[in-house]
Amino acid sequence: MSTTEFEERLRAALKPVDPPEDLAHRVERTLVSLTELAADELEAWELSSMRDPRNWVRPAVAAVVGAGAGTALVALRVRSRHKRRRSQSVDLLDLAERTVRDVADEARKLLPQRD
Amino acid sequence: MSEPPARSKTELDREFSELYRSHLRDVYSYAYYRVGNHHDAEDLTEQTFLQAYRHYERALRESDGRPLRPWLIRIAHNLAANFYRDRARKPQAAIEDAAVISAPHTTETLVEGREELEEILAGVRQLPDDRREALIMRFALGMDNREIARALGRTDGATKVLLHRAIKQLEGIVNAEPPAGAPRDRAADASEASGAARERG
Repeated sequence: MSTTEFEERLRAALKPVDPPEDLAHRVERTLVSLTELAADELEAWELSSMRDPRNWVRPAVAAVVGAGAGTALVALRVRSRHKRRRSQSVDLLDLAERTVRDVADEARKLLPQRD
Repeated sequence: MSEPPARSKTELDREFSELYRSHLRDVYSYAYYRVGNHHDAEDLTEQTFLQAYRHYERALRESDGRPLRPWLIRIAHNLAANFYRDRARKPQAAIEDAAVISAPHTTETLVEGREELEEILAGVRQLPDDRREALIMRFALGMDNREIARALGRTDGATKVLLHRAIKQLEGIVNAEPPAGAPRDRAADASEASGAARERG
């Protein structure tokens, strides 16, 4: 068998693989939710943390994480629990507090993976 | 020379959506042949596009009009390397499923064709990582030498040599494959291993 024939076989063996349909939708949803997060959750951080200087460290943690490759994952995980936090919160500030705590927790979980 | 005008966020998002739609299949194919199963390939694909989204504006600026597929594949390549490092594991033995499912066969040729594909894919799995990746990029994604060179961070010349050696080694492996049940030809393995060592050295 010539090299050209072998390359043809190789091309047949390594056919492109179609992604599952739900993957395309999932990635699109994720990208959209990242944009929403910026307008929604981040606004809530400021409301809470800027009122009390003791909380300033938390947005700082989020900002540090925000500079790294794990931002999207933190955002995704935090976003996925948004409804639950909202139902548990007594008011907007409480929701903001819970959100910031959640972000910090997720950031801590993620940081050791990035060393 | 003046800088091109900055794009608005909406324009960037629209362009990124186009990039994503155009290359989802490429990234998924690469991820699938690299990690060997659908579940991890989906995760790897998703993470690749999330990373790409974060750095898209800079990549666009630095690409100087060149296609962004090699950049996407390079992200997937780096993430896959981390994936193995973090989980200390190698590709699973399932990649034959993908090719058999996606390659149309007639009933008459199904058995023969399947065996042939499985032999080749088994051979691909035995290659060193860089050779295997180069073959995936060339034959599964249809990338040319220049694109592969950019994705792997090598020169065009080194990439050409890498591809040539990968094909030759794979031919050697496939031709040396013993009948089912017979022990492998260890001499052929040793010969290929020493060839790879010379190339690295």
